[in-house]
Amino acid sequence: MAVDTAPMPPADQPAAPTPPGDPDAWGTRPTQTPVAIRVPPRADNAGRRDDAPRDEPSAPSRGRLDIEGLDASYGSFRALRDIDLGIRPRAVTAIIGPSGCGKSTFLRTLNRMHELVPGATVKGSIRLDDVDIYGPEVDPVRLRRVIGMVFQRPNPFPTMSIYDNVAAGLLLTGRRPRAALDEVVEHSLRRAALWDEVKDKLHQNGTSLSGGQQQRLCIARALAVGPEVVLMDEPASALDPVATLRIEELIAELKETYTIVIVTHNMQQAARVSDRTAFFTMGDDRAGYVVEVDDTSRIFTNPRERLTEDYVSGRFG
Amino acid sequence: MLAARGLPTELVFRVLTAGAAIAIVALLIGIAVRLAAASAPTWQQFGPGFLTGTSWDVVNGVYGALPFIVGTIASSLLALLVAVPIGVFSAIFLAELAPGWLAIPLTFLVELLAAIPSVVVGLWGVFVLSPFLRDTVEAWFVDHLGFIPIFAGPAFGIGLFSAAVVLAIMILPTIVSIAREVIIAVPHSQREAMLALGATRAETIGRAVLPLARSGIIGAVILGLGRALGETMAVTMVIGNKDAVPTRLFDQAQTIASKIATTFNEAQVGIQVDSLIALGLTLLGITLGLNVIARLLVRRTAGQAAGLVTG
Amino acid sequence: MTALAGRAPAADGGIASLLVRSSSDRRRTWFDRFYRGLAGVAAVLCVVPLIAIVVFVAIKGAGGLNLDLLTKPTRALGLGGGAAAAILGSLQMVPLAALIGTPVGVLAGLYTVEFGGRRSANVIRFAADVLVGIPSILVGIFAFTLFVLPFHQFNAVAGSLALAIIIIPVVMRTTEESLRLVPTSLREASLALGVPVWRTALSVVLRTGLSGVLGGVMLAFARAAGETAPLIFTALGNQLINVGNLGRPMDALPLFIFVNARQPYAAQNSQAWGAALLLLLFVLVVNVLVRGRSLRHRAR
Repeated sequence: MAVDTAPMPPADQPAAPTPPGDPDAWGTRPTQTPVAIRVPPRADNAGRRDDAPRDEPSAPSRGRLDIEGLDASYGSFRALRDIDLGIRPRAVTAIIGPSGCGKSTFLRTLNRMHELVPGATVKGSIRLDDVDIYGPEVDPVRLRRVIGMVFQRPNPFPTMSIYDNVAAGLLLTGRRPRAALDEVVEHSLRRAALWDEVKDKLHQNGTSLSGGQQQRLCIARALAVGPEVVLMDEPASALDPVATLRIEELIAELKETYTIVIVTHNMQQAARVSDRTAFFTMGDDRAGYVVEVDDTSRIFTNPRERLTEDYVSGRFG
Repeated sequence: MLAARGLPTELVFRVLTAGAAIAIVALLIGIAVRLAAASAPTWQQFGPGFLTGTSWDVVNGVYGALPFIVGTIASSLLALLVAVPIGVFSAIFLAELAPGWLAIPLTFLVELLAAIPSVVVGLWGVFVLSPFLRDTVEAWFVDHLGFIPIFAGPAFGIGLFSAAVVLAIMILPTIVSIAREVIIAVPHSQREAMLALGATRAETIGRAVLPLARSGIIGAVILGLGRALGETMAVTMVIGNKDAVPTRLFDQAQTIASKIATTFNEAQVGIQVDSLIALGLTLLGITLGLNVIARLLVRRTAGQAAGLVTG
Repeated sequence: MTALAGRAPAADGGIASLLVRSSSDRRRTWFDRFYRGLAGVAAVLCVVPLIAIVVFVAIKGAGGLNLDLLTKPTRALGLGGGAAAAILGSLQMVPLAALIGTPVGVLAGLYTVEFGGRRSANVIRFAADVLVGIPSILVGIFAFTLFVLPFHQFNAVAGSLALAIIIIPVVMRTTEESLRLVPTSLREASLALGVPVWRTALSVVLRTGLSGVLGGVMLAFARAAGETAPLIFTALGNQLINVGNLGRPMDALPLFIFVNARQPYAAQNSQAWGAALLLLLFVLVVNVLVRGRSLRHRAR
């Protein structure tokens, strides 16, 4: 079945992103070797903590996140301190760091789920393609369609079928013609590399799948609403190694179309999967801050900061 | 060795506690059996016709339970009609929407309502609520919808409608507290999943939370119904105590419990008392059945929620 | 291909859409606000009856509350009198019921926590829950057939027993819930030291969970104090003050309220309000004391 995957580029876009490969050929893709780092070394950049994507004018600018001076608090407890970070579009940015340093909190400031916690506050600015997502004219409900999220433990809706799970986000904005829904559901499941496994049982309950399949279902669900950015909070940490690998392969595919920010405590995963990595840690005031951001290859082979080097080489204490 | 010296006390302890536990089961069975036995003459004389007979005539020795069964069911169902929407929405507010500083005291207050003795509610119902209802709600119905037979006047305050409102007030805390617990038990990850898709709070509640809480909420409603069916004093004081099947919303009526409460002591030992006990047995059967169903439903929801967290 | 599949253009995704409120967005926002408002209104409606009842009982009860009420025995037909018989009756029957019912309930709760296998514990718990849900008037009939009919005599003991039957399952459940909160490690530590099961149960488990157990007992006590139906066919009520003669009918506050509320005389009705104020005060104070404590626990 032919699926048209080329998006319609708006007039001001420099170039259309390449379509991801033919989804039907999924089974024949060569798997990545876990150890080798594929990203070619970058020219040395003198920036101290971060370089904005502005130095790559030829890259498409849709789906770019610029975080400046971000503080995030739960009541009087400051969880994040003065975060400056640029998230490149159509790339995978990994957030690594020890437990409790605010990685998940950071992720949730990006889709404004942080503020759902009573007493939680945010200071600073987060811009998505030059739109301040905390601006008064932005509806957080709308924002979360543009910036989607996948959670650590797969959480499909247990009262819904696989089909209904994927369609859940779309149905929020009203009823759609069945044919249109069918198309989106199939397309999303294909993008999540799940279609072949579930196409004959779309009306079975979502929880009848294995853990890894459930997570891909949740990814399909998130993709179905057509976001620009997909946030992933340790998406494979609850899965077995085989399922984890499939998720990582999936991420490599998805980055051609979406901006991906992935929090992971698994450094090897970060090295395998991401283009850029940001290393967070916890300061003496228990607030998290960014130690270093750079290309993944650089972070893991020749980091600038001592703290980073200690962390990635496994030295702690 | 050590056990030998402590053995008698240990044994006594075990026997006492086991005895107490058995006593509870024995009580339950005993009540059912006793009521059945004591009412046997009535069942022998009237058979199932007791439940469908429409006249309770002591003089002529004819005993029919239908007016009271209808009164009981009608007042309870009407009470549900009022209490369920208010109760479920309140539970949603207390469990999902209210900030902590508001939710905790409000929940406390709602639970406190359950502690008010039935007879006090009845007293208030007779002298405060019924006149109020008569002059406001009932008058409105009679004036504007009185052409429909069921809403026709006259409305005296005292009657089926007031009883339903009083019952609704009494079962609200039951419905709210159980529904609230069931909603809180829904795993947070479900809400997050829906919110992350760009849902509003209302949509999250309606599409992610309530479907999971559904059987528990139904259990709460059935428990509330069970409570309404057995409620005695407040209903007795406001329902009007008329031994006839009610045909209008504002009719006076009689429930099984109110019939027993008002006539038992004057009843003659014999078929009259036996028939009142038979009424009681009928009520027992209905409330027991409902109670069992409700508890199973509430437990199923708790199991579901637990399964979600681990699975 | 429709505009929905794959990378959606600005109409359904993308940055520009962040700044545009479509009609469906406005509808959803409106519905969200409406829904939440409805829920808030419902919650307020729940509290209104409580306030209304308390306020009216306070106002009308204050009018009927005087020394006469507390000290004079009942006189019907609007001739004055007071609730002394009822007050004294409640003061005898309810504590007696608690004396009988509490040990049974606590012991049964101890059984399910300490000895109950899963099956038996479930059965007993189930039976207790069902017992709690039995209409109290049926308990009254049961007590009548057992403790009144054979003696052809309404009596206060039967009333106490009926109340005890109501108390037992309530206390059993609250005891069980409180004791289950006691960490198993405490129990195991005591047993490992060689303390026999019965003493572990009493001195360790029960003592640790005591505040919860006592709270449950107090709540059951307050409930029994407010029960009318079980007393109608057992203790019957009595216009004469009865102190100590448990083999004869005895009045109780709830009975007093019930009877006087239905009298056509304003003086009797006023006494009913006064008695209701006394009863409500007692019940509310006990409930606030017991539940208020767990309120503060919940707040953390």
